[in-house]
Amino acid sequence: MAEEMSRKPYVRPMTSEWITRHPRYLRYMAREFSCLFIMGYTLLLVYGLKSLADGPAAYGAFLAALRSPLSIAFHLLALAFAAYHSITWFNLAPKAMPFQRGEEFVPESIVSGAHFAVWGILSLGMLFLAGAF
Amino acid sequence: MAKSNKPIVWGPFAAGGTVTAFVTPALILITLLAALGATPELLRYEHLLAFLRHGLAKAAAVALVFVSLWSAAHRLRITCYDLGVRADGMVATVVYAVALVGTLASAVFLLRL
Amino acid sequence: MDALRVRVWRGAAEGAFQAFEVPRQASQTVLDVVTTIQRVLDPSLAYRFACRVGMCGSCAMTVNGVARWTCRTHVDQVARDGQLEIAPLRNLPVIRDLVADMSPFFDKWARAEGRFRGARTRHDDFERIAPQSAPRRAVDAGIECIGCAVCYASCDVVAQNPEYLGPAALNRAWTLHNDLRDVARRERLRAVAGDAGCHACHTQMGCTERCPKQLTPTASIAGLKRAAAKAWLAGEL
Repeated sequence: MAEEMSRKPYVRPMTSEWITRHPRYLRYMAREFSCLFIMGYTLLLVYGLKSLADGPAAYGAFLAALRSPLSIAFHLLALAFAAYHSITWFNLAPKAMPFQRGEEFVPESIVSGAHFAVWGILSLGMLFLAGAF
Repeated sequence: MAKSNKPIVWGPFAAGGTVTAFVTPALILITLLAALGATPELLRYEHLLAFLRHGLAKAAAVALVFVSLWSAAHRLRITCYDLGVRADGMVATVVYAVALVGTLASAVFLLRL
Repeated sequence: MDALRVRVWRGAAEGAFQAFEVPRQASQTVLDVVTTIQRVLDPSLAYRFACRVGMCGSCAMTVNGVARWTCRTHVDQVARDGQLEIAPLRNLPVIRDLVADMSPFFDKWARAEGRFRGARTRHDDFERIAPQSAPRRAVDAGIECIGCAVCYASCDVVAQNPEYLGPAALNRAWTLHNDLRDVARRERLRAVAGDAGCHACHTQMGCTERCPKQLTPTASIAGLKRAAAKAWLAGEL
């Protein structure tokens, strides 16, 4: 057992700057930081629900507040991070949940590709139903 | 190994990760259009009110808020650990509490519609 | 033929890199380089190897910062400007020079219930498992692990959380979890579902990127997470 060893165990030092050591870690952190934007955006939606419940005047003020430059900047950033989350999630999907059909595992590119296709169709459908075009 | 609540907090994280991957970018696009002044039909007061007065839409909205907040909270908890914050119990309490309070608030607002 | 400038870790947890010049050969592997140093330049160099052909998994080291099997790594693939830096595997105690102490790695293998536990004796008939069934295919996906610890050394979660069982032990647990002959599957799931078990994985994917056998411990760990969630819902954890 490790505890009984007289040898000094070597524990590799980890500092909080580890994320800058390799582009892989930066990509990893970008993926993880997407959670801040998804959380912030969802809380924004909850606030929108509150204004909707408060009546037309409050809701109008909410819509007006959305148009501030700060809100637009936040939306653009949140969109980029949310899309990055989607891309990494779908790329990871076949690894995290290999899909078997008959004897063989379905090739990873097909599993990821299907996710991307559904994402595209679903997004277009949502925009259409919302009356965006 | 100490008994852990991880199996159960992980479930909504995985569900939320999937749901947000599929729908959040499109949702952001919809409100982004409103932010840019081209407000989509659905976001007009009467339309949105009529849509969200439907029981199914209410349930879907609460579920969406819950899994989005929960998965973001879980990921934030793990990221805090990655960045060297070792007070995991406190971080977990705070982030999951935010997720639950946000969900509860959305349910209250929806019921008031 | 030009010489290869090699820096080799000498000492234990505290030590330093020592520089050597090794003649370059055609089709030279990193293990050839280490062997040349030990046989020709400095017989006191400690390192570990056995099969030389990528079957035993004992010659894994950190080569230019990346954990690899040295026997299956050609110098041409990894040398940067004719330079090599060879160190012991990360995340494990160093015994001396290039020899890492594997005991924490295998202790965790044992803690993850990484051994098969059957119920049949030689008097019983053998159990019939259809080779194309889903659990059997899941076993196929993970069973080729030879315990070289390359994934363990590549895992940054292990580096941050020394208690974490790590990718190899969890991949082994998932393989046995899918072995329908095994009778300890519930205990095993209990052993790996927890803070230092499968739920500690942050899907950084270092293990899957580096596995010399092209296994995907990430998939195994995700499988354990799903199985643990199901077992929790069924009240079995």
